[in-house]
Amino acid sequence: MKVVTATRLWLLLAAPSVAQSAEDQSLRHDVSVPHALSADRGGGRPGLPGPHMTTSTAKETSTSQAADTFSSKHAAHGSTAPSPPGDHAADRLFDRRSMEDARNELRRDQGGGTFSMILLNVAEYQARKDGSFYRWDGEGWWGGDLNRLVIKSEGRGGFDGTTENAEVQALYSRAVSPYFDLQTGIRHDFEPNPSRSYATLALEGLMPYWFEVEGSAFLSNKGDLLGRFDAYYDQLLTQRLVIQPRVEINLAAQDVPENDIGSGLSDVELGLRLRYEVLRELAPYLGVSYERKIGDTADYARDEGEEAETLSFVLGVRAWF
Amino acid sequence: MVMNRRGVLRGARALATGLTASAMLPSWARSTAHGLSPSVPTLSGPDVALTIARTPWPVDGRIGDAITINGTIPAPLIRLRQGEKVRLAVTNLLKEDTSIHWHGVLVPFQFDGVPGVSFPGIRPGETFVYDFPIIQSGTYWYHSHSGLQEQMGHYGPIIIDPASVDPVAYDREHVIVLSDFSFMSPHMIMDKLKKQPGYFNYQKQTLAGLLAGEGQPLAERLRWGKMRMDPTDVSDVTGSTYTFLVNGHGPKDNWTALFQPWERVRLRFVNAAAMTTFDVRIPGLKMSVVQADGQNVRPVEVDEFQIAVAETFDVVVRPAENRAFTLVAEAVDRSGMARATLAPREGMSAPVPPLRGRPIATMRDMGMDMRGGAQMKGDAGNGGETTGHSAMAEPPGSSTGRSQGGMNKDRNGGPHAGMSMSMRDPENAPGVKTGPGVQMISPMPQDRTSEPGQGLNNTEHKVLVYADLISLDPNPDPRPPQRTKEIHLTGNMERFMWSFDGEKFSDVKEPIPFRKDERVRVILVNDSMMSHPIHLHGHFFEVVNGHPGRHPRKHTVNVAPGGKVTFDLTADAPGDWAFHCHLLYHMHAGMFQVVTIRPLDEEAA
Repeated sequence: MKVVTATRLWLLLAAPSVAQSAEDQSLRHDVSVPHALSADRGGGRPGLPGPHMTTSTAKETSTSQAADTFSSKHAAHGSTAPSPPGDHAADRLFDRRSMEDARNELRRDQGGGTFSMILLNVAEYQARKDGSFYRWDGEGWWGGDLNRLVIKSEGRGGFDGTTENAEVQALYSRAVSPYFDLQTGIRHDFEPNPSRSYATLALEGLMPYWFEVEGSAFLSNKGDLLGRFDAYYDQLLTQRLVIQPRVEINLAAQDVPENDIGSGLSDVELGLRLRYEVLRELAPYLGVSYERKIGDTADYARDEGEEAETLSFVLGVRAWF
Repeated sequence: MVMNRRGVLRGARALATGLTASAMLPSWARSTAHGLSPSVPTLSGPDVALTIARTPWPVDGRIGDAITINGTIPAPLIRLRQGEKVRLAVTNLLKEDTSIHWHGVLVPFQFDGVPGVSFPGIRPGETFVYDFPIIQSGTYWYHSHSGLQEQMGHYGPIIIDPASVDPVAYDREHVIVLSDFSFMSPHMIMDKLKKQPGYFNYQKQTLAGLLAGEGQPLAERLRWGKMRMDPTDVSDVTGSTYTFLVNGHGPKDNWTALFQPWERVRLRFVNAAAMTTFDVRIPGLKMSVVQADGQNVRPVEVDEFQIAVAETFDVVVRPAENRAFTLVAEAVDRSGMARATLAPREGMSAPVPPLRGRPIATMRDMGMDMRGGAQMKGDAGNGGETTGHSAMAEPPGSSTGRSQGGMNKDRNGGPHAGMSMSMRDPENAPGVKTGPGVQMISPMPQDRTSEPGQGLNNTEHKVLVYADLISLDPNPDPRPPQRTKEIHLTGNMERFMWSFDGEKFSDVKEPIPFRKDERVRVILVNDSMMSHPIHLHGHFFEVVNGHPGRHPRKHTVNVAPGGKVTFDLTADAPGDWAFHCHLLYHMHAGMFQVVTIRPLDEEAA
């Protein structure tokens, strides 16, 4: 309490010269400051002419207002922020072009970086009743925080040399919210035959409760409309042991007989994979994958002597770099 | 010269002992330090020569790739005297540009050492001479402001002795430079964070933990999961890659500081880490905090203090027993510790306490605590002032319905008059660009300067809080602030984007302008659930903490998760100045701005 009193007294001594009311807020006064005020600066800043303060004071400043009683009323009448200067202080002392280069580098350095990542979420061997297969699903991105080039690929083939399906998407991705990216571009299916290309629109991101989701619409060069929904969830059992339930659902707006796709819900894939993160980047896993073709798509499969429903035991590696 | 050093280090690798490494270090940083005295050779003015080079560096018996100054981590102690002049010639032997920023030292802007703001930087092979008068005293430090060099060892301490009598009485002193060292390159660390922000966190909540009853119960986990927030995200980079250092020594190296029983030992702590907040204690010793950020404060006796990145604290201890004490600096997320020993003789050690449990973020850390400011600990006098500046949270001229009245009603248990409790309502921060880089906006940020730092809330012993700090000298500028400037600390932990007011520096079009010598109240609002040590170059500001007239003057202030900090600034240094979060990778992600102060000298005439 004693201190506060002393401070107030000290303020009263110091304040009158500082708190002179100005006719115009923008008017500047050179006010001599008692030596005590600038003592901490050791008599002023280096390079400054002396212990002077330029101040634009507010109209209603009074000596009774010390720092602790600064009120909102006061602030409402306080000065506004100046407009930003158009110059750079260091340009006066250093080569302008060097400064410009340094500024550009600073800008790149503090937030302007580009990065890239390739993630193979599924890269596995599948053991099925009807043979041995491989399956992959992954994506890569390159770019900044908001704008990215995204490449996605997924497919499956048999170790007997047949490729069931293989597709690649090339998309421009734009962050549209804290958790979601809107993506547009093309998809090309190398398999099945005949191959198809699609215009693609997708939304990929993170749902509440940490579900990674992806919804896509594909319009083929033959006018066929397809849709897909992908989701997975990483549940940490321990710091390195992670179980990942995964679902992929394919839809079609019409029958596409040449590719054995029936309209409506065409197939569903459910997976459960248990991985061990040797490194964050490298995690061997094992699990099961259940796939079921539905409706007309199932009929197409049966017509070709294939199962409409398959269960695979899988062994793979989840990797990113 | 560099080759010679490499030769010596090859020897060090062969022996793999800390002792050989010690031979490299300045005497005060050797494994056993007798304390600083005038006879100990340190670099001092008026002419100081510093050489920056890439050097292999041994930590806990393993060699890392480092950037050193004069061949050591930390860099040499620079000891100066207030009132004198100093010329520091910095030679760059790297293949890339470098720089040195004198952290907390008041210098003309052209010698502040931030490439692209104060000067162009120091090119490879060049020598740049910094030349300025020393107008202050205290404990400070220096480090690179180029790229991510600071992470690699480019930092060192500065002591400036006062021109007159030092108000702190002590018989012996030691500098304690805390830091975090990684064998992974800093660019790789940034790369991992961008790809997988939780990459370094091996203390997440798991199903095994839930079944064992650890961490949050299921309902809480679901609540946080719904928000897409990980309450264990306390540190972005952790002990999974860091070795925490005391004066360049790993915990196994056991750096030891000597004392004689009953001596008053002054310990000058500098947190030179890139990303690590430390909780510091010396079990068995009370610490009297006498200085914060180089500015003297009234002595406060504590058992523990939290030191944010870039802060300094000076404490005085008086060990009465003829035995060793362990100096423990735990990383705030408890993923590791820096450790040293205080002992009367060489070769002694004391038990090292185990790491305590890691903190789990709360709704208060999300700026969503309905109880408002009720959690003030002690210090009843702070209440009035806190209310005072929560009223100030409204920048003049804006009216969004989030009025002072609304806040007060809320505090009195009334309805949230027009105040959204949504975790991301742009109405709660009209000045923020709420794009993809803004994950949340604290609906009810609290002044948390009276609370212990994250993880220290339930500590039974006395922990330093900002509200304990009372400037020894009266504040130099008694004028009330003329205006208020609110700045939001924003980010998206999922994308590892960080910014001020929702705009990372690479997208910023305009600096933050001040008029020369205007007095401004700045309110930093933390719209994230991580701490941010915010540093303003070229100035001290008065942290509004309940001690008007004697607010502690700081160069760096840690803004608690979901909290806010108010400081008053006299913008008395003309020029352009960096203003940023001192977490290196937050800055690198965009949490950086330039502050301009005009007119410059020439115009003022």
